[in-house]
Amino acid sequence: MLGMSANSVSYNEQGSVESGVDAAQENSSIPGSFSSDLKEMLESNKESLKLEAMKRIVGLIAKGKNASELFPAVVKNVASKNIELKKLVYVYLVRYAEEQQDLALLSISTFQRALKDPNQLIRASALRVLSSIRVPIIVPIMMLAIKEAATDLSPYVRKTAAHAIQKLYSLDPDQKEHLIEVIEKLLKDKSTLVAGSVVMAFEEVCPDRIDLIHKNYRKLCNLLVDVEEWGQVVIIHMLTRYARTQFVSPWREDAMFDENNEKAFYDSEEERKVEQTKPYIMDPDHRLLLRNTKPLLQSRNTAVVMAVSQLYWHLAPKHELSIITKSLVRLLRSHREVQYVVLQNIATMSIQRKGMFEPFMKSFYVRSTDATHIKTLKLEILTNLANEANISTILREFQTYVKSQDKAFAAATIQAIGRCATNISEVTDTCLNGLVLLLSNRDETVVAESVVVIKKLLQTQPSQHSDIIKHMAKLFDNITVPMARASILWLMGEYCEHVPKIAPDVLRKMAKTFTNEEDIVKLQIVNLAAKLYLTNSKQTKLLTQYILNLGKYDQNYDIRDRTRFIRQLIVPNEKSGALSKYARRILMAPKPAPVLQSAFKDRDRFQLGTLSHTLNSQASGYLELSDWPAVAPDQSVRNVEVVKEAGAPALRKSKTAKSNEKFYSDSEEEEEEEEEGSSSEGSSSSSSEESVSESESEENSDDSNKSSSSQSEKSSSESDSEKKKKTLKNKKLQQQKPDILIITYLPPQIMQKTLLLIIMTKYILIHIVLSISTQFFVNCMCSLLHLCVFLACQFDVVSWHVHVSLQASSPVFVPETSHELLHRMTGKGLSAQYRFTRQPCIYGNSMVSLQLTLSNSSDQALENIHISEKSSTGQNIHRFNAIERLEPQASVTVSMGVDFNDSTQAANFQLCTKEDEFSVSIQPAVGELLLPITMSEADFTKEQGKLMGMNESSATITMTPENVSSQSVNRKVVSVANIGVIPSSQENIYRFAGKTVSSGSLVLVSVALKDPDAVITINTEKTVIGSMLLRQFKTALTNSCP
Amino acid sequence: MLAAAKMIHSLFLVNASGDIFLEKHWKSVVSRSVCDYFFEALERATEPENVPPVIPTPHHFLINVLRHRIYFVAVIQSEVPPLFVIEFLHRVVDTFQDYFGVCSEAAIKDNVVVVYELLEEMLDNGFPLATESNILKELIKPPTILRTVVNTITGSTNVGEQLPTGQLSVVPWRRTGVKYTNNEAYFDVVEEIDAIIDKSGSTITAEIQGVIDACVKLTGMPDLTLSFMNPRLLDDVSFHPCVRFKRWEAERILSFIPPDGNFRLLSYHVSSQNLVAIPVYVKHNISFREGSSQGRFELTLGPKQTMGKAVESVLVSSQLPRGVLNANLSPSQGTYTFDPVTKLLSWDVGKINPQKLPSLKGSVSLQTGASKPDENPTINIQFKIQQLAISGLKVNRLDMYGEKYKPFKGIKYMTKAGKFQVRT
Repeated sequence: MLGMSANSVSYNEQGSVESGVDAAQENSSIPGSFSSDLKEMLESNKESLKLEAMKRIVGLIAKGKNASELFPAVVKNVASKNIELKKLVYVYLVRYAEEQQDLALLSISTFQRALKDPNQLIRASALRVLSSIRVPIIVPIMMLAIKEAATDLSPYVRKTAAHAIQKLYSLDPDQKEHLIEVIEKLLKDKSTLVAGSVVMAFEEVCPDRIDLIHKNYRKLCNLLVDVEEWGQVVIIHMLTRYARTQFVSPWREDAMFDENNEKAFYDSEEERKVEQTKPYIMDPDHRLLLRNTKPLLQSRNTAVVMAVSQLYWHLAPKHELSIITKSLVRLLRSHREVQYVVLQNIATMSIQRKGMFEPFMKSFYVRSTDATHIKTLKLEILTNLANEANISTILREFQTYVKSQDKAFAAATIQAIGRCATNISEVTDTCLNGLVLLLSNRDETVVAESVVVIKKLLQTQPSQHSDIIKHMAKLFDNITVPMARASILWLMGEYCEHVPKIAPDVLRKMAKTFTNEEDIVKLQIVNLAAKLYLTNSKQTKLLTQYILNLGKYDQNYDIRDRTRFIRQLIVPNEKSGALSKYARRILMAPKPAPVLQSAFKDRDRFQLGTLSHTLNSQASGYLELSDWPAVAPDQSVRNVEVVKEAGAPALRKSKTAKSNEKFYSDSEEEEEEEEEGSSSEGSSSSSSEESVSESESEENSDDSNKSSSSQSEKSSSESDSEKKKKTLKNKKLQQQKPDILIITYLPPQIMQKTLLLIIMTKYILIHIVLSISTQFFVNCMCSLLHLCVFLACQFDVVSWHVHVSLQASSPVFVPETSHELLHRMTGKGLSAQYRFTRQPCIYGNSMVSLQLTLSNSSDQALENIHISEKSSTGQNIHRFNAIERLEPQASVTVSMGVDFNDSTQAANFQLCTKEDEFSVSIQPAVGELLLPITMSEADFTKEQGKLMGMNESSATITMTPENVSSQSVNRKVVSVANIGVIPSSQENIYRFAGKTVSSGSLVLVSVALKDPDAVITINTEKTVIGSMLLRQFKTALTNSCP
Repeated sequence: MLAAAKMIHSLFLVNASGDIFLEKHWKSVVSRSVCDYFFEALERATEPENVPPVIPTPHHFLINVLRHRIYFVAVIQSEVPPLFVIEFLHRVVDTFQDYFGVCSEAAIKDNVVVVYELLEEMLDNGFPLATESNILKELIKPPTILRTVVNTITGSTNVGEQLPTGQLSVVPWRRTGVKYTNNEAYFDVVEEIDAIIDKSGSTITAEIQGVIDACVKLTGMPDLTLSFMNPRLLDDVSFHPCVRFKRWEAERILSFIPPDGNFRLLSYHVSSQNLVAIPVYVKHNISFREGSSQGRFELTLGPKQTMGKAVESVLVSSQLPRGVLNANLSPSQGTYTFDPVTKLLSWDVGKINPQKLPSLKGSVSLQTGASKPDENPTINIQFKIQQLAISGLKVNRLDMYGEKYKPFKGIKYMTKAGKFQVRT
């Protein structure tokens, strides 16, 4: 019948092409001669020829030609020195490895080698290509490579590892469990570079493991602004899902003060107060997410803006939604495709919340240059926004659209007018009149659409038909479009009882013109005749019979059929069965009124901004947004125990709750600082505890006071006297150089802030000279170091070398003892002493840091004290800057670095003054070649398990009684070697871990007490160091006196 | 196989005549026959712009963008935010344009190796990796005529020998070790007026959208601040990632370490509270009479609120109704063309002289028998006004910190027509 929908916006219609998508690939191979040419070029010795060949091959691949037969010739060049050639080979390899699995294996060793390259970018690129080779047999190799890269020092490599996780997962889903472990590890990563990629992997591999997010939730929220834009999109989508499972709905009370009281809640401060008086209090974590995503609405990346908008839509209290409006409207200035997606989302939003977009109504006005689908969407939105107040403006605008040359759009406008007419009763009549006028339009689509809409409108308002039907009857003679004529006839028949006089007259006219009408019109004439026959047989009996007779001999069989059917149905005779009794009920049955509603009505079942939403059908991999939980799950799961990281035994559980409150204080900037503060606080306090356990000196108790005060950072500042003390020391120790910023001992809070400030202002090169002389300041140092570690991760300052999984920690004990380098007698008045600072060396990560104290005991000033350029042994030495002048009886402290290359061989060099040269040598104790690290007990045992056999050396000793206590064991061990204490759950086993300075090899020490004996076990790859250490520990632990 | 593997699977480039001229796969190869669904949609669309941006197929989804008459068709396998893909594709086009000057089929075909190298760096496993032009340029040098010649002779490469440090730094958008002999920083404040003017000449809707494009060639790591005389004008802004958001929030000052070269610093929207000055007006008289095969066509342009500046590069275009056969017009200045196939009339006016207003008068002939078109055509106008930001926005000062030299600074203002339509 009239069920035509000329609205041709049928994007969602699935194409009916049957050709299988993955059907035969265009396999046009390259011609043989060409291929042999290329092969020859590839096998030549000339780099340029090879490169040229690869370029041509890439050209072929780009065109979709099959170049797989060149595989053997290409793969040989995988280890080429020429970067471009190598890259093109990679491109080729990734493209064809799947088809040539056996040959592809030839290249694997090259990548494995590159994975160990000192250059992070080469490591990353090797992992990228290796993981892109889709050959199942290398899955174990990939797994290993990913695990290793996930603990790489370089955040860039770790990012690549996160990408590789997805690749491996799609190659072999059985690896899921192992991959989740890696994801879990990487989620803890603090680098902004890694965050986006690992969340992507999470979404891909284990989106249901929400529990992995808990601990990282706040960190992700805080990092978000600094993550690269693509990562932001992924993280925001993930956090939206997360929040819907963890927080209770902020919408509960909304219904009451929703639209009316909106103004009162604009001010965020006020809002919070008001909210607190309500029973609903937003979880601070929920608020954190909303607050930290808000600035991203200003992003230049449209996907980010959309992601934030959907987050607000799904998570924010309704009255806060208005902030996304402006940004969404801004996106409409972007490319056509962007507009399309954004408009769809606005359409869905505008159904539920007109108020949001009403002020921007004019932004949705259609321009003649818009694409049809954009126009239709704008129309949709305008219709959704229509209300009593603005309807006249909108209708005026619609009038222009109806005249548009784009007829599909004009038709859509008519439908929109129809919807406005049904929704807003004030304008129903105006709309109807307007539509009736359109019936005389020349365009068939417009007329047909108008009739359809009029028909729908009349059906929804059965009372006032007659006027319009009469009007349409009057216009009938002028209307030529068959579809419209047919529609009017249908209306006449349907409502013939409302127009008893006109309908028979129309039928009379039609009887005259019947033979000249189009088929659809003829059918409706027959319909009309039948209906009139049933209602008004007196006037129309003859006319009906006449028409039925005409129809009987019509050329069109459809019409003949219909005529025969109608005749049997309505004209009583013997043959007609029981059906004719029901003729009236069949023909005059009330037809259900069509529903005029938005096509976007139910779109909100999909999360906004998703592909599924755009298509209005669920795409594979769509993750359902869950409903708000009725009761909020445990909030404390998101509390992060900062302490753990520092490797100290768990302490101060209460602290987390407190830091919670602090997290969400007024400004974000402060928040960040505080977070850093709290993390370093954690470590400082932890190390202070260790030091307490190791000696009960006065200084240390002083120290713990300080750290506990630093914990309640905000409220209580340190006591003045303490500050003074420090400043005093500062002055003494500070060395000024113009281009180097030296930060020595400041209270940790101040130091952190200064550092932050420096980094905020983006000084790229920060030289932080750390030096330490007394144990008193160990804690200061710890917190500073941790801060640096944190900042290094945060800002990707790669120059700071810290192993992440084996987190470097601060030295537990720094010996006071100095060793003599040069006696004043031999040095003609110049004496030098050195001591090991046990800090990571700032001059090079394989160097041991040393502090040199030079004193002048002669009666003349010494000039130009320096270390000679030539070094007698092979060690790499970082010399201190020449000291221009040293006054008599004065002394100066300088720092230097020596790369001992993990051996106890002495470093020999010349210490020079203006006049003399003195040969000196530094003999390191084996324990000084180490740096402490922390790890969990589990990791320790795991690592120990790997270092068995040759790598293990152990000895049993008899302990002297005074050494049996835990403090003394710890103290003895850490005084011998610069290693860190590992928390131990077993009472009689003490564990320590460190790594060698140059090569970074692990050194694990454990001491098991079995009264009165003790077993010392050392596990390390460096067996020489192991056995030397063992000897020293033996002496230290058996000697009664340190 | 799992339905995993998100993000962009493959990319096909399709030219205006519907041929695939480049394909790139980041995962397993997807047959190009998947594009059949795209071609089907292309056929259905009456105009090239009418192809829906997202097309579902039984196993994949095709997301396409159209720019420079090339369709960039991305193949997606599962749920992904469509804007993510669209934004990325546009970024690809921008990069090509940046590298080759134009983004045309010929340019892409000529530089297919560079294109491939770029695409390889921009996506890893379908997930964007390096999209900052500064980083890409360190990885892959843009082709120049000189370099192409040198490369063919010496066999040297496009690929940077040095590894990009920017990717790892705190300011990933800026390359390190930048050096110039002349240090210059130019900023163009460009505003576009979008407007719809109705038949009677009154404004239906008008808004100003502005951008500040920068060309910064400064040595080292300069830290710039840019302040405005009247920052309140800016209602809604979006920034290049280099701009420090908090500083803007607090002080309304743009503070940033700029990328090297050309980039868009800021785009903004001027608050709708301000009345928008409309710099040109159009007097029109276009009428078709019923029954007659001739129609009258008259247009006159004039300057309106131009703050005393000249309106230049004026171009008028209009899509005439389908029934129009030909146009016989005479312009008082400039030249006009009428394409009888597309029915597109365009009139290159040039500069408007306020003393002698440009006009275009004459008649249009209609198809005999065709009925009178029921809509008068919409007139689109393009123009430029130099040295004027129509919103009144003014840069107050530009300062540089962090480096010692004195840079040359320049600021240029311009107003352009955006989507400026006059309904008749």
